Amino acid sequence: MNPFSPVLLSALFVGFLVVAMLVLSLLLGPRRKSAVKGEPFETGMVPFNLPGDRFAIRFYVIAILFVVFDVELVFLFPWASVFRELGWFGLAEMGFFVAVLALALIYAWRKGALEWE
Amino acid sequence: MLLEALIVLLKAGFIVTVALTFGAVLTWVERKQSAVMQDRIGANRAAILGLRLIGLFHILSDAIKMFTKEEFTPERGDKFLHTLAPMLSLFFALMSFVAIPFGDALRVGGRTIDLQAADLNAAILFVFAMVSLGIYGVVIGGWASENNYSFLGGMRASAQMISYEVTLGVSLIGALLIYDTLNLQEMVRFQGHMYGGWIPRWGILLQPLGFLLFLTAGIAETKRVPFDLPEGESEIVGYWVEYSSMKWGMYMFTDFIEMTLLSALATTLFLGGWQVPWLLSDGFHFPWGSVALPHVVVVVLQMGAFLLKVSFFLWLQMLIRWTLPRVRYDQLMAITWKYMLPLSLINTMVTAVILLAIR
Repeated sequence: MNPFSPVLLSALFVGFLVVAMLVLSLLLGPRRKSAVKGEPFETGMVPFNLPGDRFAIRFYVIAILFVVFDVELVFLFPWASVFRELGWFGLAEMGFFVAVLALALIYAWRKGALEWE
Repeated sequence: MLLEALIVLLKAGFIVTVALTFGAVLTWVERKQSAVMQDRIGANRAAILGLRLIGLFHILSDAIKMFTKEEFTPERGDKFLHTLAPMLSLFFALMSFVAIPFGDALRVGGRTIDLQAADLNAAILFVFAMVSLGIYGVVIGGWASENNYSFLGGMRASAQMISYEVTLGVSLIGALLIYDTLNLQEMVRFQGHMYGGWIPRWGILLQPLGFLLFLTAGIAETKRVPFDLPEGESEIVGYWVEYSSMKWGMYMFTDFIEMTLLSALATTLFLGGWQVPWLLSDGFHFPWGSVALPHVVVVVLQMGAFLLKVSFFLWLQMLIRWTLPRVRYDQLMAITWKYMLPLSLINTMVTAVILLAIR
């Protein structure tokens, strides 16, 4: 049996559970629509602008940093699984790779990308 | 073939039921443990025929309440994505459990059943993939509500979760170097040995720093106090403000299930999983003598040990949740990027050097 077929089976099972929860809630709960209820929650005020056009640039910077360092992570996992065969040579290579990334982290730090004001 | 499918379904059903049960009981523990810690009585009102059972029926009444509340989607939001988002969160949180081993092999009628729903050779990557996909639930939920507060809440939550995910991954590499595998079941088997007959070879003793970093990053990843800025129930408005009924319940449930997942992962990676000290597949082998046990008793003991260790971590997380104050957002970001990530990189490199030096 393919090792991932249990995953597929479980996904069907879990998916059924989750959908059942939603459907049950839709069937059992009352539905009384009104114009005011449909408005976005804005602590009782009528909202004069809605999200979607602009948001803080900080979130964008964090997302870029995440991409940079998560790719590093992706390279660390296969190295960890063949680490013993590669020995000192592999360690030196990975040390160089991590050093470059540490440099990137220091650069981002010095540029103020990690500050949140 | 059909029998195999049935066995897989039974195993998946078992571990998912365990996750759901822990999640449900945690809704009660959250209130009761805070009450005990703050010298109050806590949830004790729900009763069936006068039977109160220290408030355990609150789980049932909460479920009934959430199922029968009015479900609405905001008028301007994206209705499809708004409905999909909490389902994604819960789905991926539950799916992560599929790769977690909850016992050694069970032998029944000439069959050997590995007590793990899916025996993947890169199980740890699978779990990380599921945890990462779970972030989509939060981001989409915040965005599809078309509400300023929930949008900001979703951004806040996703920035926190992706930041801590980096540390969560890197903090584990040291342990993976020691175990020399990505398979969770093999990791647990590795931890079954004893040093000098007395000290178990558990990850927490081999990787103490890695364990602390993993637990901290994990608590942030599950959005719990002291890192609960996405929700901040007492003062900030979170990403789920436009949700009601069971759709909101799914978000809340996801949190508790992710707590259980973190506990199960920490148990598997650092606390020997289902291993009981001195217990091998044929019975106890103490330094002073052996006690033979039937196979079924051994399997039950090991599964019990796994659940006990998971409960221990849940208790620990609740203790942390009701002890520490919330951190500020700039502190939150500084903790992971400026301290935990460099520390976990250093931990990885030092572990690698030591492992090669003593080889």
